[in-house]
Amino acid sequence: MGNIPEIVGAGLIVIGAGIGIGRIGGSAMEAIARQPEATGKIQTAMLIAAALIEGIAFAALFAK
Amino acid sequence: MRRKTYLKSITLLLFLLTFMSYGQEGHSEEQLLEGSKADKETEMKEYILHHLKDSYDFGLYSYTAENGETKHVSFPLPVILWDNGLKVFMSSKFHHGEEVAEVGGNYYKVYHSKIYKVDGPNGKINEDEHHHATNEKPLDFSVTKNVALIFMVFVILFFMFKRMAQSYKKNNNLPMGIGRLLEPIVLYVRDEIAIPNIGEKHYKKYMSYLLTVFFFVWIVNLFGLTPIGMNVTNNIAVTLCLALITYIITTFSGNKNYWKHIFWMPGVPVPMKIILAPIELLGTFIKPFALMIRLYANITAGHIVLMSIIGMMFIFNNWIGSSLSFVLAFVLAILELLVAVLQAYIFTVLSALYFGMAVEEHHDEAH
Repeated sequence: MGNIPEIVGAGLIVIGAGIGIGRIGGSAMEAIARQPEATGKIQTAMLIAAALIEGIAFAALFAK
Repeated sequence: MRRKTYLKSITLLLFLLTFMSYGQEGHSEEQLLEGSKADKETEMKEYILHHLKDSYDFGLYSYTAENGETKHVSFPLPVILWDNGLKVFMSSKFHHGEEVAEVGGNYYKVYHSKIYKVDGPNGKINEDEHHHATNEKPLDFSVTKNVALIFMVFVILFFMFKRMAQSYKKNNNLPMGIGRLLEPIVLYVRDEIAIPNIGEKHYKKYMSYLLTVFFFVWIVNLFGLTPIGMNVTNNIAVTLCLALITYIITTFSGNKNYWKHIFWMPGVPVPMKIILAPIELLGTFIKPFALMIRLYANITAGHIVLMSIIGMMFIFNNWIGSSLSFVLAFVLAILELLVAVLQAYIFTVLSALYFGMAVEEHHDEAH
Protein backbone atom coordinates (compact mmCIF):
# COMPACT_ATOMS: atom_id res chain seq x y z
CA MET A 1 0.00 0.00 0.00
CA GLY A 2 2.67 2.48 -1.00
CA ASN A 3 0.31 4.64 -3.01
CA ILE A 4 -1.90 5.85 -0.15
CA PRO A 5 -0.65 9.47 -0.40
CA GLU A 6 -1.54 9.49 -4.09
CA ILE A 7 -5.02 8.18 -3.44
CA VAL A 8 -5.64 10.66 -0.62
CA GLY A 9 -4.30 13.46 -2.81
CA ALA A 10 -6.62 12.49 -5.66
CA GLY A 11 -9.52 12.46 -3.21
CA LEU A 12 -8.64 15.93 -1.93
CA ILE A 13 -8.44 17.27 -5.49
CA VAL A 14 -11.84 15.85 -6.31
CA ILE A 15 -13.36 17.31 -3.11
CA GLY A 16 -11.91 20.73 -3.91
CA ALA A 17 -13.06 20.70 -7.52
CA GLY A 18 -16.47 19.41 -6.44
CA ILE A 19 -16.95 22.24 -3.95
CA GLY A 20 -15.81 24.78 -6.56
CA ILE A 21 -18.05 23.57 -9.36
CA GLY A 22 -20.94 23.09 -6.93
CA ARG A 23 -20.69 26.68 -5.77
CA ILE A 24 -20.57 27.94 -9.35
CA GLY A 25 -23.61 25.88 -10.27
CA GLY A 26 -25.52 27.01 -7.18
CA SER A 27 -24.76 30.67 -7.75
CA ALA A 28 -25.71 30.38 -11.42
CA MET A 29 -29.05 28.85 -10.41
CA GLU A 30 -29.74 31.74 -8.03
CA ALA A 31 -28.74 34.25 -10.66
CA ILE A 32 -31.01 32.65 -13.25
CA ALA A 33 -33.90 32.61 -10.76
CA ARG A 34 -33.42 36.33 -10.17
CA GLN A 35 -32.94 37.32 -13.79
CA PRO A 36 -34.36 34.68 -16.11
CA GLU A 37 -33.77 36.91 -19.14
CA ALA A 38 -29.99 36.70 -18.63
CA THR A 39 -29.98 32.88 -18.66
CA GLY A 40 -27.80 32.54 -21.77
CA LYS A 41 -25.06 34.84 -20.55
CA ILE A 42 -25.02 33.29 -17.08
CA GLN A 43 -24.78 29.79 -18.52
CA THR A 44 -21.82 30.73 -20.71
CA ALA A 45 -19.97 32.33 -17.81
CA MET A 46 -20.80 29.36 -15.60
CA LEU A 47 -19.47 26.83 -18.13
CA ILE A 48 -16.24 28.77 -18.64
CA ALA A 49 -15.61 29.05 -14.89
CA ALA A 50 -16.42 25.37 -14.38
CA ALA A 51 -14.10 24.42 -17.23
CA LEU A 52 -11.25 26.41 -15.71
CA ILE A 53 -11.61 24.64 -12.35
CA GLU A 54 -11.92 21.31 -14.10
CA GLY A 55 -8.74 22.02 -16.06
CA ILE A 56 -6.79 22.62 -12.85
CA ALA A 57 -8.29 19.52 -11.23
CA PHE A 58 -7.36 17.31 -14.18
CA ALA A 59 -3.87 18.78 -14.34
CA ALA A 60 -3.41 17.94 -10.66
CA LEU A 61 -4.83 14.43 -11.08
CA PHE A 62 -2.59 13.62 -14.03
CA ALA A 63 0.56 15.27 -12.65
CA LYS A 64 1.20 12.82 -9.82
CA MET B 1 -42.05 17.39 -43.97
CA ARG B 2 -39.37 15.31 -45.67
CA ARG B 3 -36.65 17.48 -44.25
CA LYS B 4 -37.99 17.02 -40.77
CA THR B 5 -37.83 13.23 -41.06
CA TYR B 6 -34.28 13.55 -42.40
CA LEU B 7 -33.19 15.53 -39.38
CA LYS B 8 -34.94 13.18 -37.01
CA SER B 9 -33.37 10.11 -38.54
CA ILE B 10 -29.88 11.60 -38.24
CA THR B 11 -30.44 12.31 -34.55
CA LEU B 12 -31.81 8.83 -34.01
CA LEU B 13 -28.90 7.26 -35.86
CA LEU B 14 -26.31 9.10 -33.77
CA PHE B 15 -28.17 8.07 -30.64
CA LEU B 16 -28.44 4.42 -31.62
CA LEU B 17 -24.79 4.22 -32.65
CA THR B 18 -23.78 5.29 -29.18
CA PHE B 19 -25.52 2.42 -27.51
CA MET B 20 -24.52 -0.12 -30.10
CA SER B 21 -20.90 0.64 -29.36
CA TYR B 22 -21.19 -0.27 -25.73
CA GLY B 23 -23.18 -3.32 -26.59
CA GLN B 24 -20.35 -4.46 -28.80
CA GLU B 25 -17.62 -3.62 -26.36
CA GLY B 26 -19.51 -5.59 -23.76
CA HIS B 27 -19.82 -8.50 -26.17
CA SER B 28 -16.11 -9.15 -26.37
CA GLU B 29 -15.95 -9.07 -22.61
CA GLU B 30 -18.33 -11.99 -22.36
CA GLN B 31 -15.45 -14.35 -22.92
CA LEU B 32 -14.03 -13.23 -19.60
CA LEU B 33 -16.90 -14.89 -17.75
CA GLU B 34 -14.97 -18.07 -17.13
CA GLY B 35 -12.19 -17.94 -14.59
CA SER B 36 -11.95 -16.42 -11.15
CA LYS B 37 -12.96 -12.90 -10.19
CA ALA B 38 -9.40 -11.62 -9.78
CA ASP B 39 -8.57 -12.91 -13.27
CA LYS B 40 -11.56 -11.12 -14.66
CA GLU B 41 -10.54 -7.88 -12.99
CA THR B 42 -7.01 -7.90 -14.42
CA GLU B 43 -8.32 -8.81 -17.86
CA MET B 44 -10.87 -6.04 -17.68
CA LYS B 45 -8.13 -3.59 -16.76
CA GLU B 46 -6.04 -4.71 -19.72
CA TYR B 47 -9.01 -4.51 -22.04
CA ILE B 48 -9.80 -0.95 -20.98
CA LEU B 49 -6.17 0.15 -21.32
CA HIS B 50 -6.00 -1.49 -24.73
CA HIS B 51 -9.20 0.27 -25.79
CA LEU B 52 -7.68 3.64 -24.94
CA LYS B 53 -4.58 3.04 -27.04
CA ASP B 54 -3.95 3.77 -30.67
CA SER B 55 -3.28 0.73 -32.86
CA TYR B 56 -1.94 -0.22 -36.27
CA ASP B 57 -5.04 -2.03 -37.42
CA PHE B 58 -8.67 -1.04 -37.48
CA GLY B 59 -9.95 -3.65 -35.04
CA LEU B 60 -13.67 -4.36 -34.93
CA TYR B 61 -13.80 -7.12 -32.35
CA SER B 62 -12.10 -10.31 -31.25
CA TYR B 63 -13.48 -13.59 -29.97
CA THR B 64 -12.26 -17.00 -28.82
CA ALA B 65 -12.81 -19.76 -31.37
CA GLU B 66 -13.86 -23.29 -30.43
CA ASN B 67 -10.28 -24.56 -30.50
CA GLY B 68 -9.24 -21.91 -27.97
CA GLU B 69 -7.58 -19.59 -30.48
CA THR B 70 -8.23 -15.86 -30.24
CA LYS B 71 -9.53 -14.54 -33.54
CA HIS B 72 -9.40 -10.87 -34.46
CA VAL B 73 -11.72 -9.23 -36.94
CA SER B 74 -10.06 -6.10 -38.27
CA PHE B 75 -8.98 -4.11 -41.31
CA PRO B 76 -5.26 -3.63 -41.85
CA LEU B 77 -3.94 -0.09 -42.23
CA PRO B 78 -0.78 1.06 -43.99
CA VAL B 79 2.40 1.25 -41.94
CA ILE B 80 4.92 3.85 -43.13
CA LEU B 81 8.41 3.68 -41.62
CA TRP B 82 11.56 5.65 -42.28
CA ASP B 83 14.52 3.38 -41.53
CA ASN B 84 17.37 4.11 -43.98
CA GLY B 85 14.78 4.52 -46.70
CA LEU B 86 11.03 4.53 -46.89
CA LYS B 87 9.29 1.28 -45.95
CA VAL B 88 5.59 0.92 -46.67
CA PHE B 89 3.58 -2.21 -45.90
CA MET B 90 0.20 -3.22 -44.54
CA SER B 91 -0.21 -3.84 -40.83
CA SER B 92 -1.63 -7.30 -41.57
CA LYS B 93 2.02 -8.43 -41.71
CA PHE B 94 2.17 -8.13 -37.94
CA HIS B 95 -0.75 -10.55 -37.47
CA HIS B 96 -2.20 -8.34 -34.72
CA GLY B 97 1.15 -7.80 -33.09
CA GLU B 98 1.79 -11.51 -32.64
CA GLU B 99 4.40 -11.96 -35.36
CA VAL B 100 7.55 -10.31 -36.69
CA ALA B 101 7.12 -8.50 -40.00
CA GLU B 102 9.91 -8.78 -42.58
CA VAL B 103 10.34 -5.83 -44.96
CA GLY B 104 13.32 -5.45 -47.28
CA GLY B 105 15.69 -7.40 -45.05
CA ASN B 106 14.63 -5.63 -41.85
CA TYR B 107 12.47 -7.15 -39.14
CA TYR B 108 9.92 -5.23 -37.09
CA LYS B 109 7.77 -6.14 -34.14
CA VAL B 110 4.92 -4.37 -32.34
CA TYR B 111 5.41 -4.02 -28.62
CA HIS B 112 2.94 -2.06 -26.46
CA SER B 113 1.49 -0.38 -29.56
CA LYS B 114 4.89 0.83 -30.80
CA ILE B 115 7.00 -0.59 -33.64
CA TYR B 116 10.54 -1.74 -32.79
CA LYS B 117 13.31 -3.19 -34.92
CA VAL B 118 14.40 -6.75 -34.06
CA ASP B 119 17.35 -8.85 -35.27
CA GLY B 120 15.69 -11.67 -37.13
CA PRO B 121 12.49 -13.61 -37.78
CA ASN B 122 12.54 -14.86 -34.18
CA GLY B 123 13.90 -11.61 -32.73
CA LYS B 124 13.00 -10.63 -29.22
CA ILE B 125 12.31 -7.27 -27.63
CA ASN B 126 14.95 -6.49 -25.00
CA GLU B 127 13.78 -4.79 -21.84
CA ASP B 128 15.57 -2.74 -19.24
CA GLU B 129 14.74 -2.96 -15.54
CA HIS B 130 11.77 -0.58 -15.92
CA HIS B 131 10.20 -2.79 -18.62
CA HIS B 132 10.95 -0.26 -21.35
CA ALA B 133 12.07 -1.74 -24.65
CA THR B 134 15.67 -0.94 -25.56
CA ASN B 135 15.41 -1.94 -29.23
CA GLU B 136 15.95 0.57 -32.00
CA LYS B 137 12.81 2.46 -33.02
CA PRO B 138 12.36 3.47 -36.68
CA LEU B 139 10.73 6.83 -37.48
CA ASP B 140 7.04 6.08 -37.67
CA PHE B 141 4.64 7.92 -39.99
CA SER B 142 2.02 5.18 -40.08
CA VAL B 143 -1.64 5.71 -40.78
CA THR B 144 -2.87 4.34 -37.47
CA LYS B 145 -6.45 3.98 -36.31
CA ASN B 146 -6.53 7.57 -35.04
CA VAL B 147 -5.05 8.98 -38.22
CA ALA B 148 -7.57 7.02 -40.27
CA LEU B 149 -10.43 8.48 -38.25
CA ILE B 150 -9.07 12.00 -38.61
CA PHE B 151 -9.02 11.52 -42.40
CA MET B 152 -12.56 10.16 -42.26
CA VAL B 153 -13.83 13.13 -40.25
CA PHE B 154 -12.04 15.43 -42.66
CA VAL B 155 -13.91 13.89 -45.60
CA ILE B 156 -17.24 13.96 -43.73
CA LEU B 157 -16.84 17.61 -42.75
CA PHE B 158 -15.81 18.54 -46.28
CA PHE B 159 -18.87 16.97 -47.89
CA MET B 160 -21.26 18.23 -45.21
CA PHE B 161 -20.22 21.83 -45.65
CA LYS B 162 -19.88 21.58 -49.42
CA ARG B 163 -23.49 20.43 -49.63
CA MET B 164 -24.50 23.23 -47.33
CA ALA B 165 -22.76 25.81 -49.50
CA GLN B 166 -24.30 24.36 -52.67
CA SER B 167 -27.78 24.48 -51.18
CA TYR B 168 -27.40 28.24 -50.58
CA LYS B 169 -26.50 28.71 -54.22
CA LYS B 170 -29.38 26.62 -55.52
CA ASN B 171 -32.23 27.95 -53.39
CA ASN B 172 -31.83 31.74 -53.31
CA ASN B 173 -29.81 31.75 -50.09
CA LEU B 174 -32.16 29.37 -48.31
CA PRO B 175 -30.49 26.38 -46.68
CA MET B 176 -31.79 22.95 -47.66
CA GLY B 177 -31.10 19.44 -46.46
CA ILE B 178 -28.04 19.25 -44.26
CA GLY B 179 -27.78 23.05 -44.34
CA ARG B 180 -30.91 23.22 -42.24
CA LEU B 181 -29.15 21.22 -39.56
CA LEU B 182 -25.88 23.13 -39.71
CA GLU B 183 -27.05 26.70 -40.15
CA PRO B 184 -28.26 27.23 -36.56
CA ILE B 185 -25.05 25.73 -35.19
CA VAL B 186 -22.86 27.93 -37.39
CA LEU B 187 -24.92 30.97 -36.38
CA TYR B 188 -24.63 29.97 -32.74
CA VAL B 189 -20.84 29.80 -33.00
CA ARG B 190 -20.83 33.23 -34.65
CA ASP B 191 -23.36 35.05 -32.45
CA GLU B 192 -22.75 33.42 -29.08
CA ILE B 193 -19.08 32.49 -29.19
CA ALA B 194 -17.16 34.64 -31.67
CA ILE B 195 -18.81 38.07 -31.48
CA PRO B 196 -19.13 38.42 -27.67
CA ASN B 197 -15.58 37.19 -27.05
CA ILE B 198 -13.63 38.67 -29.95
CA GLY B 199 -15.72 41.70 -30.82
CA GLU B 200 -17.61 42.90 -33.90
CA LYS B 201 -14.54 44.35 -35.53
CA HIS B 202 -12.18 41.39 -35.67
CA TYR B 203 -14.30 38.26 -35.37
CA LYS B 204 -14.52 37.45 -39.09
CA LYS B 205 -10.85 36.54 -39.37
CA TYR B 206 -11.19 33.82 -36.71
CA MET B 207 -14.55 32.32 -37.72
CA SER B 208 -13.01 29.70 -40.01
CA TYR B 209 -10.77 28.33 -37.27
CA LEU B 210 -13.46 28.43 -34.58
CA LEU B 211 -15.98 26.61 -36.77
CA THR B 212 -13.43 24.02 -37.86
CA VAL B 213 -12.29 23.27 -34.35
CA PHE B 214 -15.85 23.13 -33.01
CA PHE B 215 -17.12 20.69 -35.61
CA PHE B 216 -13.91 18.66 -35.65
CA VAL B 217 -13.83 18.11 -31.89
CA TRP B 218 -17.56 17.45 -31.72
CA ILE B 219 -17.68 14.89 -34.52
CA VAL B 220 -14.48 13.20 -33.39
CA ASN B 221 -15.91 12.91 -29.87
CA LEU B 222 -19.13 11.43 -31.23
CA PHE B 223 -17.12 8.90 -33.24
CA GLY B 224 -15.36 7.95 -30.03
CA LEU B 225 -18.74 6.74 -28.76
CA THR B 226 -19.60 4.64 -31.84
CA PRO B 227 -19.02 0.89 -32.32
CA ILE B 228 -15.77 1.41 -34.21
CA GLY B 229 -14.47 2.59 -30.85
CA MET B 230 -11.74 4.98 -31.88
CA ASN B 231 -11.00 7.81 -29.51
CA VAL B 232 -8.94 10.44 -31.22
CA THR B 233 -9.32 13.11 -28.56
CA ASN B 234 -7.99 10.85 -25.83
CA ASN B 235 -4.69 10.84 -27.63
CA ILE B 236 -2.73 13.69 -26.07
CA ALA B 237 -0.84 14.34 -29.31
CA VAL B 238 -4.06 15.32 -31.08
CA THR B 239 -5.18 17.73 -28.37
CA LEU B 240 -1.63 19.07 -28.23
CA CYS B 241 -1.81 19.97 -31.93
CA LEU B 242 -5.20 21.64 -31.54
CA ALA B 243 -3.97 23.67 -28.57
CA LEU B 244 -0.76 24.52 -30.42
CA ILE B 245 -2.74 25.97 -33.33
CA THR B 246 -4.72 28.12 -30.90
CA TYR B 247 -1.46 29.25 -29.30
CA ILE B 248 0.12 30.13 -32.63
CA ILE B 249 -2.92 32.10 -33.81
CA THR B 250 -3.08 33.96 -30.48
CA THR B 251 0.61 34.82 -30.55
CA PHE B 252 0.65 36.03 -34.13
CA SER B 253 -2.51 38.10 -33.85
CA GLY B 254 -1.44 39.78 -30.62
CA ASN B 255 -1.36 43.56 -31.04
CA LYS B 256 0.75 46.15 -29.24
CA ASN B 257 -1.75 46.36 -26.43
CA TYR B 258 -1.62 42.60 -25.79
CA TRP B 259 2.17 42.47 -25.55
CA LYS B 260 2.21 45.57 -23.40
CA HIS B 261 -0.09 43.88 -20.91
CA ILE B 262 2.27 40.93 -20.77
CA PHE B 263 5.68 42.59 -20.53
CA TRP B 264 4.94 46.03 -19.08
CA MET B 265 1.56 45.95 -17.33
CA PRO B 266 0.17 49.48 -17.35
CA GLY B 267 -1.15 50.98 -14.13
CA VAL B 268 1.05 49.16 -11.60
CA PRO B 269 4.31 50.34 -9.93
CA VAL B 270 7.62 49.48 -11.64
CA PRO B 271 8.84 46.76 -9.19
CA MET B 272 5.46 45.06 -9.61
CA LYS B 273 5.84 45.26 -13.40
CA ILE B 274 9.11 43.35 -13.18
CA ILE B 275 7.51 40.63 -11.06
CA LEU B 276 4.41 40.42 -13.25
CA ALA B 277 6.21 40.08 -16.59
CA PRO B 278 7.48 36.48 -16.14
CA ILE B 279 4.17 35.40 -14.58
CA GLU B 280 2.21 36.83 -17.49
CA LEU B 281 4.61 35.28 -19.97
CA LEU B 282 4.21 31.89 -18.30
CA GLY B 283 0.45 32.45 -18.42
CA THR B 284 0.51 32.54 -22.22
CA PHE B 285 1.91 28.98 -22.20
CA ILE B 286 -0.35 27.71 -19.44
CA LYS B 287 -3.53 28.72 -21.28
CA PRO B 288 -3.06 26.40 -24.29
CA PHE B 289 -1.62 23.74 -21.97
CA ALA B 290 -4.84 23.78 -19.96
CA LEU B 291 -6.81 23.52 -23.23
CA MET B 292 -4.83 20.42 -24.16
CA ILE B 293 -5.17 18.73 -20.76
CA ARG B 294 -8.86 19.57 -20.41
CA LEU B 295 -10.00 17.96 -23.64
CA TYR B 296 -7.69 14.96 -23.27
CA ALA B 297 -8.53 14.29 -19.63
CA ASN B 298 -12.28 14.73 -20.00
CA ILE B 299 -12.57 12.26 -22.84
CA THR B 300 -10.15 9.75 -21.31
CA ALA B 301 -11.82 9.91 -17.90
CA GLY B 302 -15.25 9.53 -19.47
CA HIS B 303 -14.20 6.43 -21.40
CA ILE B 304 -12.47 4.81 -18.43
CA VAL B 305 -15.47 5.34 -16.13
CA LEU B 306 -17.95 4.12 -18.72
CA MET B 307 -15.96 1.02 -19.61
CA SER B 308 -15.35 0.20 -15.96
CA ILE B 309 -19.06 0.33 -15.21
CA ILE B 310 -19.81 -1.87 -18.21
CA GLY B 311 -17.10 -4.21 -16.96
CA MET B 312 -18.79 -4.32 -13.56
CA MET B 313 -21.83 -5.93 -15.19
CA PHE B 314 -19.67 -8.97 -15.88
CA ILE B 315 -17.89 -8.92 -12.54
CA PHE B 316 -21.13 -8.86 -10.52
CA ASN B 317 -22.69 -11.49 -12.74
CA ASN B 318 -26.00 -11.50 -10.88
CA TRP B 319 -29.22 -9.85 -11.89
CA ILE B 320 -29.31 -7.10 -9.23
CA GLY B 321 -25.74 -5.86 -9.61
CA SER B 322 -25.64 -6.26 -13.36
CA SER B 323 -28.90 -4.47 -14.02
CA LEU B 324 -27.86 -1.64 -11.69
CA SER B 325 -24.60 -1.24 -13.60
CA PHE B 326 -26.54 -1.38 -16.84
CA VAL B 327 -28.76 1.51 -15.79
CA LEU B 328 -25.72 3.46 -14.61
CA ALA B 329 -23.90 2.79 -17.89
CA PHE B 330 -26.98 3.85 -19.85
CA VAL B 331 -27.23 7.17 -18.00
CA LEU B 332 -23.49 7.74 -18.31
CA ALA B 333 -23.62 7.09 -22.05
CA ILE B 334 -26.20 9.87 -22.38
CA LEU B 335 -23.96 12.09 -20.25
CA GLU B 336 -21.06 11.33 -22.58
CA LEU B 337 -23.13 12.59 -25.53
CA LEU B 338 -23.46 15.86 -23.63
CA VAL B 339 -19.76 15.90 -22.73
CA ALA B 340 -18.88 15.42 -26.41
CA VAL B 341 -20.59 18.67 -27.40
CA LEU B 342 -19.69 20.49 -24.19
CA GLN B 343 -15.97 19.91 -24.66
CA ALA B 344 -16.14 21.11 -28.25
CA TYR B 345 -17.99 24.19 -27.03
CA ILE B 346 -15.52 24.90 -24.20
CA PHE B 347 -12.55 24.50 -26.50
CA THR B 348 -14.07 26.94 -28.99
CA VAL B 349 -15.14 29.47 -26.35
CA LEU B 350 -11.74 29.51 -24.68
CA SER B 351 -9.96 29.79 -28.04
CA ALA B 352 -12.22 32.72 -28.91
CA LEU B 353 -11.50 34.26 -25.49
CA TYR B 354 -7.75 34.08 -26.08
CA PHE B 355 -8.07 35.55 -29.57
CA GLY B 356 -10.23 38.29 -28.07
CA MET B 357 -7.51 39.10 -25.53
CA ALA B 358 -4.95 39.27 -28.32
CA VAL B 359 -6.86 41.70 -30.53
CA GLU B 360 -8.45 43.84 -27.81
CA GLU B 361 -8.18 47.55 -28.61
CA HIS B 362 -6.59 49.97 -26.24
CA HIS B 363 -9.33 51.46 -24.07
CA ASP B 364 -9.17 54.31 -21.55
CA GLU B 365 -6.53 54.34 -18.82
CA ALA B 366 -8.88 53.49 -15.95
CA HIS B 367 -8.90 49.70 -15.82
